[in-house]
Amino acid sequence: MTTLCIRQGRVIDPENHIDVICDVWIENGHISHMGHIEEVADQEINATHCVVCPGLIDMHVHLREPGEEWKEDIESASKSAVAGGVTSMCCMPNTTPCLDHAGVVHQILNRAKEVGLCRIFPIGAVSRQLKGKEITEMRDLSKAGAVAFSDDGLPIWHAGTMRKALEYASSFGYLIIQHAEEFELTKDGAINEGIVSSMLGLKGMPNEGEDCMVARDIMLTELTGGRYHVAHISSARSIEMVRHAQEKGLSVSAEAAPHHFALTELELLNFNTNAKMNPPLRTEADRMAVVKGLRDGSIAVIASDHAPHHEDDKCCTLDCAAFGIVGLETLLPVSLELVHQGHLSMSEVVAKLTSNPAKLLGLDVGTLGLGKKADIVIFNPSEDWMLDSKKLRSKSKNTPWDGKIMRGTVHYTLLGGEVVYQKEVSS
Amino acid sequence: MKPFPQHLLSITDLTRAQINALIDFSQPFLDLSRDDIRKASTMRGKTVINLFFENSTRTRSSFEIAGKRLSADVINISASMSAVQKGETLMDTGQTLAAMRPHVVVVRHGDSGSCHFLAKHTQGTSIVNGGDGAHEHPTQVLTDLLTLKNAWGDVKGKVITIVGDIKHSRVARSHLLAAKIMGYSVRVVAPKTLLPLHIEKMGCDVFHRFEDAIVGSDCIYMLRIQNERLKTNCSFPSIREYHEAYGLNMARFKLASDALILHPGPMNRGVEITSDVANHAQSQVLNQVENGVAMRMAILSTLCGLEAL
Repeated sequence: MTTLCIRQGRVIDPENHIDVICDVWIENGHISHMGHIEEVADQEINATHCVVCPGLIDMHVHLREPGEEWKEDIESASKSAVAGGVTSMCCMPNTTPCLDHAGVVHQILNRAKEVGLCRIFPIGAVSRQLKGKEITEMRDLSKAGAVAFSDDGLPIWHAGTMRKALEYASSFGYLIIQHAEEFELTKDGAINEGIVSSMLGLKGMPNEGEDCMVARDIMLTELTGGRYHVAHISSARSIEMVRHAQEKGLSVSAEAAPHHFALTELELLNFNTNAKMNPPLRTEADRMAVVKGLRDGSIAVIASDHAPHHEDDKCCTLDCAAFGIVGLETLLPVSLELVHQGHLSMSEVVAKLTSNPAKLLGLDVGTLGLGKKADIVIFNPSEDWMLDSKKLRSKSKNTPWDGKIMRGTVHYTLLGGEVVYQKEVSS
Repeated sequence: MKPFPQHLLSITDLTRAQINALIDFSQPFLDLSRDDIRKASTMRGKTVINLFFENSTRTRSSFEIAGKRLSADVINISASMSAVQKGETLMDTGQTLAAMRPHVVVVRHGDSGSCHFLAKHTQGTSIVNGGDGAHEHPTQVLTDLLTLKNAWGDVKGKVITIVGDIKHSRVARSHLLAAKIMGYSVRVVAPKTLLPLHIEKMGCDVFHRFEDAIVGSDCIYMLRIQNERLKTNCSFPSIREYHEAYGLNMARFKLASDALILHPGPMNRGVEITSDVANHAQSQVLNQVENGVAMRMAILSTLCGLEAL
């Protein structure tokens, strides 16, 4: 029997309403007990001044494997994840081949097991080849390990396909995750449509591109009794509609990406291609609406939308640049700004990164309950570090926070009681 | 006066004093261009590359003549003959040309920010924005300011009314920025389909009816309707209806009969402007072209640190 004790950290476990300074005892990779513990373990970790909480769950990650391994692969993404305190990732199906049949799901799970740093929960495709027409064998994908369904990267564009997907998926309790975008309104767009796109002479993507799709989908959710989740919600009106749907009792949820509550379209004024993502950075009013949605619970989850791209795809004009930024290593510090700025409590932010996505997806992780697998992150919430994109563990370096000061440093990440990441001791 | 910047990417790279200085530097070049011998040795030993990713006759030839009149070596590169078609990136094209050590590279490119991108990724050469996407066209606006100043003496307090496809117009955006620097005001006239969102926040008065805007205008600036754009993305039902609503004809011109008429060219006669107005004595269209060469002589020599003839 191996034992590990985490001493004197601020233990936060939102699922069990725990927020207290104490010791955590781990036996054979599982949480054994908490409190003031006299006994000395095989391995001791001092967590003074640190938060000890469940390992983070990032329910929106693009692994790029299989198919685009020069951008990222399961090993590099896993290293990036645990450096950011993430112990569970849900990977989006838009790889090559895509996750529209069980074989690819098995392949990803096998690779994740070989790497062994981070749990991976695949999200299956809604439509075959992500073409938006015929739905996939969702039961087969689910049996293989898919935890939800999405065509992310692309919207489920046709209303008829969306209706069918919601009907069929909810027959078995599956969640449909939508990248909400009406192409007719966003075609050729590079950034948010507004004063910045008008000044720079760029084609814009209006909020209504997102809003129209969310409005339609909420109606279809009501029609079908489906389970619907809006990925990377960014528009004030979409959040308002999600809130209204929840008040009506519909099974509608949403996640927000850190960049949508931390940054605005003003980042684009110098043509920064690392501030180009889809949905785009929007206005200050939208940013504040995302914060409000996180505060009042309409947005239950924070997820990074980790989208690695090679420098070649970003070192060009805004029109030509690929959409997306890496996010696994900035997920925690950018989210912690919500605490530092007084918008949310530490426990609320931790819940949005752990227990909330676990409950939404039915994952047996995200809590520190007794007997649970010891997936744990230990971080100092107020310790500064400067982000140097060259030092990111991800293969790709496309971040808008290069050179910026981040608050919140991961000291240890544990997966099943094993230390899979430890902060380098600076000399 | 502040020293001139290394690059001319945006009209906002220049102060009011610098813009006025460029207008002053242009005057002797106007005279030179009417001399029997249209050549000065000012830019002898200087190399200018015209790097054009979009078709252009007048801007490219204006820069070419400007450089040659000042004895610079001028090389024209168009995207159709360049490595771009072989898949070379914009950065590699820019760095390759910069490695040939030109003094100035004039760039026209269909993407907004392309000139800023090249300025950031090249060393030892001056980049001149010859039109980047729908973003800016500073040398056209400097040309217009030379034209207007020579006609009026000063542009301060004047009203310039820009008509047509504002949404895709780099000239309109540069004028909106220049207006703040030089103290004139801008009205824009177009259907909403040809106006970018929130343009009123860029400091102009917005009109949808031509007649409402034209009264009180000191200058009517007609933009070209891009016929080639019509087929794919129709922002109005027909040329006929556009001409009815937004064409500058003699009846409309009479509502502001003292106004000067400008057009960056090439004109579509019978579409945005009728021939009788285009040929009118107050039309400055050919003056703009002539002034364009002189202004570009001033710009090229200034960027090379040669501020007078």
